[in-house]
Amino acid sequence: MKKPPTLGRTTARGLIKFRGDRAAQLVPQARLAGPMPWVIAIMISLTVIAAAGGLALSNVVSNARAELAGGATVQILEASPSERNRQADAAEAVLAEHPLVGSTRRVPDEELDALLEPWLGAGAGSEAVPVPALIDVRLRGDVTQQSLGTLRGLLVDAAPSARVDAQSSWLGPVFSALSSLQWLAAALVVLLGLTSAAAVWLAARSALGSNRDTIEIVHLLGGTDVQIARIFERSVGFDATLGGAFGLALGLLAILFLGQQFADLGSGMMAGGGLRWFDWVAIAAIPIIGVVIAMLTARLTVLGALRRML
Amino acid sequence: MSSSEGEGITFDNVGLRYGTEKEVLSDLSFTLHPGSFYFLTGASGAGKTSLLKLLYLAQRPSRGAIRMFGTDVITLPRKRLPSYRRRLGVVFQDFRLVQHLSAFDNVALPLRVSGVRENDLRKPVSDMLEWVGLSHRMDAQPATLSGGEQQRVAIARAVIGRPELLVADEPTGNVDPDMALKLLRLFEALNRLGTTVVVATHDVHLLKKVPSSLIMRLDKGRLSDPTGALRYPPRQNSHSTAAGEQKGGFE
Ligand SMILES: Nc1ncnc2c1ncn2[C@@H]1O[C@H](COP(=O)(O)OP(=O)(O)O)[C@@H](O)[C@H]1O
Ligand SMILES: [Mg+2]
Repeated sequence: MKKPPTLGRTTARGLIKFRGDRAAQLVPQARLAGPMPWVIAIMISLTVIAAAGGLALSNVVSNARAELAGGATVQILEASPSERNRQADAAEAVLAEHPLVGSTRRVPDEELDALLEPWLGAGAGSEAVPVPALIDVRLRGDVTQQSLGTLRGLLVDAAPSARVDAQSSWLGPVFSALSSLQWLAAALVVLLGLTSAAAVWLAARSALGSNRDTIEIVHLLGGTDVQIARIFERSVGFDATLGGAFGLALGLLAILFLGQQFADLGSGMMAGGGLRWFDWVAIAAIPIIGVVIAMLTARLTVLGALRRML
Repeated sequence: MSSSEGEGITFDNVGLRYGTEKEVLSDLSFTLHPGSFYFLTGASGAGKTSLLKLLYLAQRPSRGAIRMFGTDVITLPRKRLPSYRRRLGVVFQDFRLVQHLSAFDNVALPLRVSGVRENDLRKPVSDMLEWVGLSHRMDAQPATLSGGEQQRVAIARAVIGRPELLVADEPTGNVDPDMALKLLRLFEALNRLGTTVVVATHDVHLLKKVPSSLIMRLDKGRLSDPTGALRYPPRQNSHSTAAGEQKGGFE
């Protein structure tokens, strides 16, 4: 037999870190061929869509509330057009002078006609059906029963046919429906978030389960717990990043598409449903949280498995 | 072989039980002398693998004390064990090669774990694979290698870091007699470099092939000592390189 090769002692070098690409190759790199990035991508995209929906809805509600909070509507319910005009002008004049009132705006008849056209047909006009005159009133403060009472008192003489309502009271039922929807969306986001976390957890665990032998071998060859955990953390983190990025992209596509559709509706209600910059930040944080969960799972699972060995 | 590494391994009244079963190893007291070549024999089920697990720090004994390289490894904190494992080479009965790594990467693994730089490990690993006759299969994955070839990869991995203690569990279990002999020669060569070698085998024919070897026999978890290997000081063995070194290096 030949002379054996000269061998150097390796142990004197101590516990130098074993990391980087060489360490990463210890875990088979299934990447997109494996299920993990896809499971994560799907869960992340669903969570992103639900979160965006919930945030948009919450923006719709809070925008509408802010807009309506200081608003009151004065209707002049008078059949005769001339009397109606007279009372409307008088009402507007009285209101404009009062310190409670920030501004008033007479809603032009054309605008009212346009609003009613879908229901009454074109050219129906104010002659055919008596349409009340509308005055939009912005108060300096919030609308309360007291301020409404003050307005009513002001108008008793000037415009006896006036009826004063808070704008938000019209939309009360809509608000409560939107509120329920908002809770539903929040619950959905929480459930999807939990399911995503669970999916990430399971994917990371199963990825590690199939590598239990490798973990044990490296352990017996003198790998430290931290070394081994880092190898798997890195690999799982890479897969999760891949899946998270893909899921985010998918989710964003869906959001933009839906956003486009709602924009095309041109509905005033939905106009306030845009996402603000911090909403986008929150949405972008979803895949990052997913990656963190995946890496944490990998770390804890590996350390747990190793702790059961001597 | 230097005396600074020469503290050997001492078992003092060691017992091992799995769970609440009766002890599979009892009252083991012996010293493995640095640079010696030991065979550990015994029937199947006698406890050979269990004893080796204690040696390669995969298992804590239920009682007794084990000193290794001058340290009590039983009371050592868990996080200090890796640096001791790196001083060992282990040939597992079932090889335990990493299946998706090439022969080269499997052999390089202990060096990489120890933080050896890529440039510094390429040549030793290639040389070692050449030495075990696998230079043409360096890029092969274990599944594509024959049993004997896998065994040689496992052995190359065990010896690449030039361990102070080499532990081999039935390393010739699944190969033909010629290959068995060849593998024994590898262990002897490493032994000549100063490594203490412990080879577990139930094949009594193997024992004669290494004349300098000392024999430990396990019978139902208890140790007997046919060659006086475990006596202290150990019986001098005139034709043994290992024993010859012991004179200067250990005693
Ligand atoms: N992990 C284990 N759990 C429980 N019993 C075990 C375990 N490993 C080995 N044994 C038992 O210990 C005894 C010795 O086994 P082992 O050390 O493998 O013997 P050998 O290697 O000499 O064949 C056997 O009776 C075996 O069933
Ligand atoms: Mg055995």
